Amino acid sequence: MQLSFSVYRYNPDVDNAPRMQDYTLEVEEGQDMMVLDALIALKEKDPTLSFRRSCREGVCGSDGMNMNGKNGLACITPLSTFGNKKIIVRPLPGMPVVRDLVVDLTQFYTQYEKIKPFLINDNNQPPAREFLQSPEEREKLDGLYECILCACCSSSCPSFWWNPDKFIGPAGLLHAYRFLADTRDTATEERLSDLDDAFSVFRCHGIMNCVSVCPKGLNPTKAIGHIKSLLLQRAV
Amino acid sequence: MLTNQASFKRDGVQDFVTVRATAIIMTAFTFYMLWFFLSTPTVTYEIWHDLFSSLAMKVFTFAALLSIMMHIRIGFWQVLTDYVKAPGIRAVVQFFINLVAFSYVAVGLFVLWGL
Ligand code: SF4
Ligand code: SF4
Ligand code: FES
Repeated sequence: MQLSFSVYRYNPDVDNAPRMQDYTLEVEEGQDMMVLDALIALKEKDPTLSFRRSCREGVCGSDGMNMNGKNGLACITPLSTFGNKKIIVRPLPGMPVVRDLVVDLTQFYTQYEKIKPFLINDNNQPPAREFLQSPEEREKLDGLYECILCACCSSSCPSFWWNPDKFIGPAGLLHAYRFLADTRDTATEERLSDLDDAFSVFRCHGIMNCVSVCPKGLNPTKAIGHIKSLLLQRAV
Repeated sequence: MLTNQASFKRDGVQDFVTVRATAIIMTAFTFYMLWFFLSTPTVTYEIWHDLFSSLAMKVFTFAALLSIMMHIRIGFWQVLTDYVKAPGIRAVVQFFINLVAFSYVAVGLFVLWGL
């Protein structure tokens, strides 16, 4: 069985403009594999093809890319998802391209940094050993801590495309809520006042692209809704 | 809220609330008018005139017009800051859109109170 691919190619050092390059790959009848495996096989034929990957099992978040119009992790997206259709692979939308499928995530990480992604506790006497939580308190972090920062969500969000310097984006906001919801964190007020402007949170219009692409099945829109109501409660 | 409506720097929480509050008023007005047209077999000038002669209806209509203006201000500010990156052009476009939005309110005011 022959599968056809169309892959985005761009090397800013030599190319004037990006182009789509066609490839074909011979696979055994009835055999399935992940898009990442196919890309690795294509790279064996054409070593100039560039992409990121590391864990190849959906935990590191390195190989976020756009496959037939939808963002996802190549390593956990089976070729069979696309039937017999041609598979079109592009870099994550809205991000500057470093080369081929490799994008520059600086803006994405800058937004992540802004939300102070670490536990802040101004309690003068931190516990000598572990910071214990009850199972109920711990449960509040479910659906938040699992994010692997693959950027699939933020790069599918139109609000992030237009204002990547001002809107935190779904991934950053999911993390912001992860710390707001953490009973061990004491910086709630500081965190909320950092987010209290017209762009950081309120540029989210609930389009829910983020939810539909998240490879970990997380729901940034819901977390953003919680932040919005915290900001509202704070204002009244 | 009025100072916020008139200022350049927008407030996320207030805008969020204002957009929703004005949306509710506009929806209520739309449904009320829809109900009026559906429940009135023939709309004559007299019936139309009577509808708007009560103070309550004048206030309701005025509230709907004001809501449209505020909704436009905030909505277009959001859309324009998304799509129009040049501040100069954005300021000019915003100025004209706000002028049009204000004109609706001004004209509505004269029509309603028949000045
Ligand atoms: S929320 Fe999901 S899509 Fe977004 S960065 Fe985290 S894991 Fe990736
Ligand atoms: S729900 Fe919000 S954050 Fe998610 S894609 Fe839509 S606008 Fe972006
Ligand atoms: S290679 Fe690690 S998530 Fe795909």
